[in-house]
Amino acid sequence: MSTNGQNVNTALPTYTKKDFESGVDPRWCPGCGDYSIINQVQRALPAVGVKRENIVFISGIGCSSRFPYYMNNYGMHTLHGRAPSFASGLKVSRPELQVWIVTGDGDALAIGGNHFIHAMRRNLDLKMLLFNNRIYGLTKGQVSPTSELGKKTKTTPHGSPDYPFNPPALALGAGATFVARTIDVEGAHMGGVLKAAAEHKGSTLVEVFQNCPVFNDGAYEFLTDKAVKADALLRMEQGKPLVFGKDGKKGIRFNPQSAELEVVTIGENGVTEKDILVHDAKREDPTIAFMLANLSMKPGFPTPIGVFRDVRMPTCEELTWQIIDGAKAKKPDASLEKLLAGGDTWTIG
Amino acid sequence: MSTQVSAGKHTVEQVEAVTIRFVGDSGDGMQLTGTEFTRASALAGNDLATFPDYPAEIRAPAGSLYGVSGYQVNFGAREIHTPGDAPDVLVAMNPAALKTNLADLKPGGMLLVNAGAFTAANLEKAGYKTNPLEDAALTQTYKLVPVDMNKLTETALAGSGLSSKEVARCKNYFALGLMYWLYSRPIEPQLEAIQRKFAKKPEFAAANAAVFKAGHAYGETSEVFYQRYQVPKSKLAAGTYRSVTGNFATALGFATVARLTGRQVFLGSYPITPATEILQEMSYFKEHGVVTYQAEDEIAGIGSAIGAAFGGALACTSTSGPGLALKTEMMGLAVITELPLVIVNVQRGGPSTGMPTKTEQADLLMALFGRHGEAPMPVLAAQSPADCFWSAIEAMKIATKWMTPVLLLTDGYLGNGSEPFKIPSLDELPKLQVKYQTVPNYADGAQYMPYLRDDKLVRPWAVPGTPGLEHRVGGLEKDSLSGMVSYDGMNHERMVKTRAQKIRNVVEDVPDVETFGPASGDLLLVSWGGTFGAVRGAAEELQARGKAVSHVHLRWLNPLPKNLGEVLKRFKKVFVPEVNDGQLAFYLRGKFPGVDPLQFNRINGKPIKIGELVGKVLEVL
Repeated sequence: MSTNGQNVNTALPTYTKKDFESGVDPRWCPGCGDYSIINQVQRALPAVGVKRENIVFISGIGCSSRFPYYMNNYGMHTLHGRAPSFASGLKVSRPELQVWIVTGDGDALAIGGNHFIHAMRRNLDLKMLLFNNRIYGLTKGQVSPTSELGKKTKTTPHGSPDYPFNPPALALGAGATFVARTIDVEGAHMGGVLKAAAEHKGSTLVEVFQNCPVFNDGAYEFLTDKAVKADALLRMEQGKPLVFGKDGKKGIRFNPQSAELEVVTIGENGVTEKDILVHDAKREDPTIAFMLANLSMKPGFPTPIGVFRDVRMPTCEELTWQIIDGAKAKKPDASLEKLLAGGDTWTIG
Repeated sequence: MSTQVSAGKHTVEQVEAVTIRFVGDSGDGMQLTGTEFTRASALAGNDLATFPDYPAEIRAPAGSLYGVSGYQVNFGAREIHTPGDAPDVLVAMNPAALKTNLADLKPGGMLLVNAGAFTAANLEKAGYKTNPLEDAALTQTYKLVPVDMNKLTETALAGSGLSSKEVARCKNYFALGLMYWLYSRPIEPQLEAIQRKFAKKPEFAAANAAVFKAGHAYGETSEVFYQRYQVPKSKLAAGTYRSVTGNFATALGFATVARLTGRQVFLGSYPITPATEILQEMSYFKEHGVVTYQAEDEIAGIGSAIGAAFGGALACTSTSGPGLALKTEMMGLAVITELPLVIVNVQRGGPSTGMPTKTEQADLLMALFGRHGEAPMPVLAAQSPADCFWSAIEAMKIATKWMTPVLLLTDGYLGNGSEPFKIPSLDELPKLQVKYQTVPNYADGAQYMPYLRDDKLVRPWAVPGTPGLEHRVGGLEKDSLSGMVSYDGMNHERMVKTRAQKIRNVVEDVPDVETFGPASGDLLLVSWGGTFGAVRGAAEELQARGKAVSHVHLRWLNPLPKNLGEVLKRFKKVFVPEVNDGQLAFYLRGKFPGVDPLQFNRINGKPIKIGELVGKVLEVL
């Protein structure tokens, strides 16, 4: 039984990627990173173990937000910035559904910033995919809340004077229980992150660095270019030391004196592999995850990708329905007659 | 009309109806005193209506003019339409309360004051240069009864061990006890109510009960009063009653929908005066199938409700004017996706923060037209606190039957005001059917077309979890069949017109207006929403004076009842009283060219008074 009195069939069919394609041809610009993302999502879903009709994609407004039209699930294309509000209501109302949110940097972090932080702090089991291209694409090239300081755009011809958000750090600060980052061109990596996101129960942010070939082309070349990639990217893997660089000799060490993370080289200045911070996304305390998320904002540090945090806590919808079920159990004889005739009454005639 | 009988040393005068106003500091417990006295009147079988009037400040500085909080109750043996015009009795707990309310008291009315609060400091805070209780004019105009309730409360609680601050907080029960005596109420139910209210703090239960009894005894033993009053039982229809405020009744209506349908009712909302109680009350109805969600803002309140509606819940959101403004973009989405939703707007004084705790009817045009694009939706307005119950059910019935958002207008006066609610039997409740599409609806037998309509232009409702009917809805204009995005201009025009026609079709569920009084005549009073009681009361009074005046009340504002145009034409004059600057009058002029209503517009944060309306009508007859 579902929460709304409908029967839900439990036998799971065997799906292929095609089962999740709506048949509508995506209309993103040629070369857009969104193609790679939808491809990975459609590949990941057959293995998730949820029936197609029990999956809902909800989006806001922006290039990324056309996503639900191309998925063969239930879907809503809603209002600018507001996707988390619809998703939250649906998830509280029907917790058995798997609800995904597709959003962009302007949608989630500018006009929708309030809904974003509250979706994260409530720990509703909502899986948010944030396509971060650091630009407004659908309105043709204005500065976004993730555009870098000094960025020249149509609305900042002299360079952007404001500091950007770091979405994983923001989500962690707001209390998200699953926070990850991946890149549109790293197909296999994205597949792994999506699988982990699907398996997590709780508020989930997956930031996808996504190239906009028209208005912000090459925004992530500093990470994806083969010549620099090894030194620029830090691949976080659960239980493994945080090492990077061509020969894997560079690493991240926690410096207890400064209480900061620092880059060290194994074999230099007495640094051994034991000094390197071992990645643990399951730490309940989000402090280290927050420090890692902020590395991408600091010059001289690599940009981490992978899962920052993956912690299981009771979700908002679980707690909500515990309360509701508790109220029902406490009053097994509740009825319409009792509802209407409650409180002080008096009779006339 | 009154009769006198003798009872002990006091005579008892029988009166038809009485209006009492309790006023004091916002910390004096006047709302509690008023509600308790109201409950006693209800239990005594009187018809009644109440009007709480409180400041926006939670605890304004003690003794200040702007911190005065009031509660007016009108109860009687006859049918009561409003909380009463001018009070017959004013209970004033301090100088500020006296100063801000005295002008409303009927000449010759009883003025019961807590003389103990008329200290030099309090007089100064209220701006009195001399003590008004010593002013001869006051005793000439009113039946002044000064009682030092502070001292009498202290005496009653001597040796109780309570601090002087705690003792002072009990004095409202002294006033209540005195009023119980004056209106010949049995005290036992009140003593039980005190025990219930303070069950967890027995020392306060004992103290308040003692003070209440002291107040009652004071009436009997002091030589201040020469008579008592009794208001006989009213001729309310036989049945079992409870007292409801409009906001409680709205919540009760939605919970009833959950029971009637066996479906989840989902309320997504955000606290805002004077609508907050709907969210609060509904959060106590969980065992009946209600889910409440307090969102991060007004926008998310309605957003969560639309999300839940997509999932098949019977969804609603509650707010007041500024919140409705924030929700307008979302209402556009609900219109274009054609999902069922009820939006309750408990109107208050605007624009902007305006007068948040005061009532107004100034959101009518916003409700009808205040959206981007062509976005019509049914608009219904409750006419009394108890009618909020029926209106909530009716709004949800229309929303689900016609797959549309519905706007339900109430107001601060209805939301906070109370009246007896006759508890309906189950067969008196409307029949609600909620249907979900579970199989493909297209001619090929395989596809689901979310915008394939029935003969009434209603689209089907298929909800997540239904295999084979996976589909997408959204804010972009959609193909008139598949619901997929369509930029075809002619498709857009077809969709705009179809959505409008669907809402016009709702008229089949809108009852014709009933004319109260002769079917034609000199003047027709036309009211909507919360002014029903005052306008009906005025019509009765004018008819009693032999005037050819009738009354039509509109619960439905969109669509308007089919017969309204014809009814309007049968009267020489149409007169529209409203608590706004003429919004219904403006709407009627547009809808019925040739009809040019006379207007009476009161925008002072209070309901229209019967007496002033009667006077205005007499001027134009």
